[in-house]
Amino acid sequence: MPGSLTTDIAGGRGAPPSTPGFGDGDSGGRGASRRASFTGLLVLLAASIMMFAAFTSAFFVRRGLSDDWVSTPMPRVLWLNTSVLLVSSAVIEMARRVLRSGHRVAFNRLWTAGTILGALFLCGQYLAWRELNAQGFYLATNPSSSFFFLLTCVHAIHLLGGITALGYVDVQALRLRLGPGKRTAVDVSAAFWHFLDAVWIFLMLLFVFWG
Amino acid sequence: MALAAVIWVLTIAICYVFFGHYWWFPPPISQHGQDYDAQFNATLWVTGIIFFLAQFALGWVIFTYRDRGRPARYTHGNNMLEALWTTATALLFIGLMLTGSRIWAAVHFDGPPPDSMRIEVLSKQFAWSFRYAGPDGKFGRTDIKLINDQGGNPFGIDDKDPAGKDDITSASIKVPAGKPILLILKSRDVIHNFFVRELRLKQDLVPGMEIPFPFTADQTGTYEVACSELCGLGHHQMRTTLEVMTEADFNKWKLEQAAQK
Amino acid sequence: MSSSIVHAAHQAPTGFIRRYIFSLDHKVIGIQYYFLALFSVFLGMGLSVLMRYHMVYPDAKVSWFEKLWPTGAAGGIMTPELYLSLMTMHGTIMVFFVLTTAPQSGFGNYFLPIQIGAEDMAFPVLNMLSFWTTFLALCVMVAAFFVPGGAPLAGWTVYPPLSAVGPLAGPGEGLGQSLWIISIAIFSGASLMGAINFIATTIDLRAKGMTMMRLPLTCWAWLVTAILGLLGFAVLLAAGILLLLDRMAETSFFIPAGLVVSDQILNHKGGSPLLWQHLFWFFGHPEVYIAILPGMGVASQLLSTFARKPVFGYRAMVYAILSIGFLGFFVWGHHMFMSGMSPYSAMAFATLTMAIGVPSAIKTFNWIGTLWGGRIRFTSAMMFAMGFVSLFVTGGISGIFLGQPALDLYFHDTYFVVGHFHMIMGVAAIFGMFAGTFYWFPKVTGRLMNETLGKIHFYLTFIGVYCIFTPMHWLGIAGNPRRYADFTNFDFMGKLMPVHTFMTWAAIITASAQLIFLFNLFWSMKKGAVATDNPWDATTLEWGIPSPPPFDNFAGHHPVVNHGPYEYGVPGGAKDYLMQSDPP
Repeated sequence: MPGSLTTDIAGGRGAPPSTPGFGDGDSGGRGASRRASFTGLLVLLAASIMMFAAFTSAFFVRRGLSDDWVSTPMPRVLWLNTSVLLVSSAVIEMARRVLRSGHRVAFNRLWTAGTILGALFLCGQYLAWRELNAQGFYLATNPSSSFFFLLTCVHAIHLLGGITALGYVDVQALRLRLGPGKRTAVDVSAAFWHFLDAVWIFLMLLFVFWG
Repeated sequence: MALAAVIWVLTIAICYVFFGHYWWFPPPISQHGQDYDAQFNATLWVTGIIFFLAQFALGWVIFTYRDRGRPARYTHGNNMLEALWTTATALLFIGLMLTGSRIWAAVHFDGPPPDSMRIEVLSKQFAWSFRYAGPDGKFGRTDIKLINDQGGNPFGIDDKDPAGKDDITSASIKVPAGKPILLILKSRDVIHNFFVRELRLKQDLVPGMEIPFPFTADQTGTYEVACSELCGLGHHQMRTTLEVMTEADFNKWKLEQAAQK
Repeated sequence: MSSSIVHAAHQAPTGFIRRYIFSLDHKVIGIQYYFLALFSVFLGMGLSVLMRYHMVYPDAKVSWFEKLWPTGAAGGIMTPELYLSLMTMHGTIMVFFVLTTAPQSGFGNYFLPIQIGAEDMAFPVLNMLSFWTTFLALCVMVAAFFVPGGAPLAGWTVYPPLSAVGPLAGPGEGLGQSLWIISIAIFSGASLMGAINFIATTIDLRAKGMTMMRLPLTCWAWLVTAILGLLGFAVLLAAGILLLLDRMAETSFFIPAGLVVSDQILNHKGGSPLLWQHLFWFFGHPEVYIAILPGMGVASQLLSTFARKPVFGYRAMVYAILSIGFLGFFVWGHHMFMSGMSPYSAMAFATLTMAIGVPSAIKTFNWIGTLWGGRIRFTSAMMFAMGFVSLFVTGGISGIFLGQPALDLYFHDTYFVVGHFHMIMGVAAIFGMFAGTFYWFPKVTGRLMNETLGKIHFYLTFIGVYCIFTPMHWLGIAGNPRRYADFTNFDFMGKLMPVHTFMTWAAIITASAQLIFLFNLFWSMKKGAVATDNPWDATTLEWGIPSPPPFDNFAGHHPVVNHGPYEYGVPGGAKDYLMQSDPP
């Protein structure tokens, strides 16, 4: 039966009606659906990693053979953004922990805070783009700035997806609809959020050392 | 059952045409061409035998094991056989690859002999140009702003550079027989490909790159050069010729060209 | 989640739209994909017949060409640029919307959940989205025909700079090319969604007792194909974005400095055309296996069923699929031997390419081993499966030539290559689809397809494709380059025209023979003989449920699997086979 990867949360098909099997003999209620959600998430992450890997290899190839590479200055707000995103991730993780010990109100507060921090990061990214534009760096200025805008944009699009997932959980939580079945949604969206964090740190390293 | 017959007939027909050489390579005009043909023939024999045996076996099992009321054999396989044919194919394939690598190495790794004659090849949609250094042996400076196809300057050779004064450009390529040639392949717009059947050689011309490409042609004659990488709507018209001449004819041609400048 | 919703999700929706258009049912989605591919394959085939006609009769005036393409075929004579755009669209539609769509998304969607004993895919909404995204991609692709300048002409591999510098490089390189890239990006997204579903479903929703080593080989093939699609399409999506930026945002990822196109100096700097080729073929080579692996799975399943014998070397088959999937990611460079890539890396790619030939050979041996000692029933489905093996051998063996960089020095971009990949990823894969259609049709519709029509169609197609594609190898040996709109400009090609003429007429006849299949398909839906639940005496789970299957596949019952997938010819019982769900 259906698991609950982000879109399927929204689609709202139910948890399995009875024990579906798990091929290797293990079976247990919601188990298969929950497992499928995590498998789905891992698979999604694999695709995402491949995409960033493709961009990164293009980055290094393009950097290696060009004489037109001019380093893009790092807007200072990026460092602020990085810390906002890291804090956001930590807060989401704390929320997940307190939920496990049953503190729903604390969970709601923390989760909402984490989601808002995520949105703040996006605003900060917008500021960073504006700052670069003001200094005369646009998408097509030179390969370094091309990759900067491209990678931050692709990351931001991923992040929009992540915020949608966090927001969905948040709305459900605030409406007190966070039954045990939705715990999967909490865990999956939190894991995706941490992944975006890791991608961002990777991108920062890329920009700082090779950008 | 008819299927077995169809498979056999097709197999025999295909083998017949392949080994009858009805549509075949033109004769090679270089040592590389002869080596190439030897490697091709070795591969053709190996694959031809595999092809024939596999198709024949397929037809044979279809014919023999059609449903005639006797029960099927209940077996899940045979690991010995699996190991055997895995090893056999692996050895065969890698072996072919190794014998072929010698030819690849001769083209790409060995490096051109130092006395090679350098010729620049420039491709554009949809024409070829070739440039020979004059008696000074040096190519003149070029600038894309000076490109003038109508004025006979597809390379954009800079007149102010003395090294370029004696450069000869030509719309077809002429080479002396037996002399090692080193082509410098360049493209002006999109990717093209330099292909001469008789040389058994082919190489892309990639804009932004200068690709060295050596060959030696031994047999005099005129051979067609066909663009072999899709380059736009005139791709099928992008033709020139390779003329392999005697050393004397070649020198005469060069002198004539120089005089016309 | 309240129990009433759980219950509601378990019933077939009643409204027409929820049931047939925006359905969440994997079976309906599978059929939607199948029909999308069926439309595409006839479109793609139609384009190829026009191309073949033009190559042989380049000056022919055909009045309706002008009606279809007022500029591309002004006066009824097809221009070279129209030929190239037909070729580009033929390749693209066939590769993406037929070979990627039908065997995996079509058959896989319908039968993967049933064969593993699940009630649906893991993420039904995602599944529906994936289909409609694919549909959108097809619409955008077909729209490229109708924009100013027409469809792109850069081939399905869209090598920059030709594909990147805009209309300067030729008609069709304007909006048409942009739509092409956008369509492929959308398609990549759809494929990623599909892959997520296939992988999660196979790993987590298998019925009790359905261990990985009891999976039917079809499921193994779909799983590995999904993994290939996942990793490949992610990279293609990235590459497509870069190319689109080069075209629309003046970046220079793939466009080098100093280009002079149509006498205009371009303002780009320092990009690398080879970078595109690396990214594209990193996707493109696994794509070949995306097309053929499901066909291999279907062939294995059918050969075993109709020879009444277990698959010879089931484990070896699984390992072969896995190693093909794994090695498939390390051989992309063999498409680039002549590209100016380092000749040393060519040697590495060549060695790996030869290595990937080994598991393919193992599969062939095992198929013949499966037939050996069997009791073959000659149904149309089986004919196509055996035809698949023959075509797979023929198509695979020419790869031994092309995989050697030394021999590729001559064969690169000749008709030898065209013959090779049409044989193996084109018609062999399509024979897998025909076989699957005849085999599963009774399960989907409850009726059998007509066997007489099926066999006539089989023989015409089987002989037809050999007549079309084998001569391509001879043309290749004679040095005929591919992607030529006509062959009038070169002396040596004149001698080859009889071969071209023969191929063109073979193509016209073979294409017409496909109408028999189309007729059979639709006629049998209404008038075919009524099928039992298990007309082929087959063992896998789909044959243990009614035809057509109920909404949740197993009607609330959860199958338990006790046997391997191919227990045929089992001695000592009343019937000669054990179904997977039979008691131990």
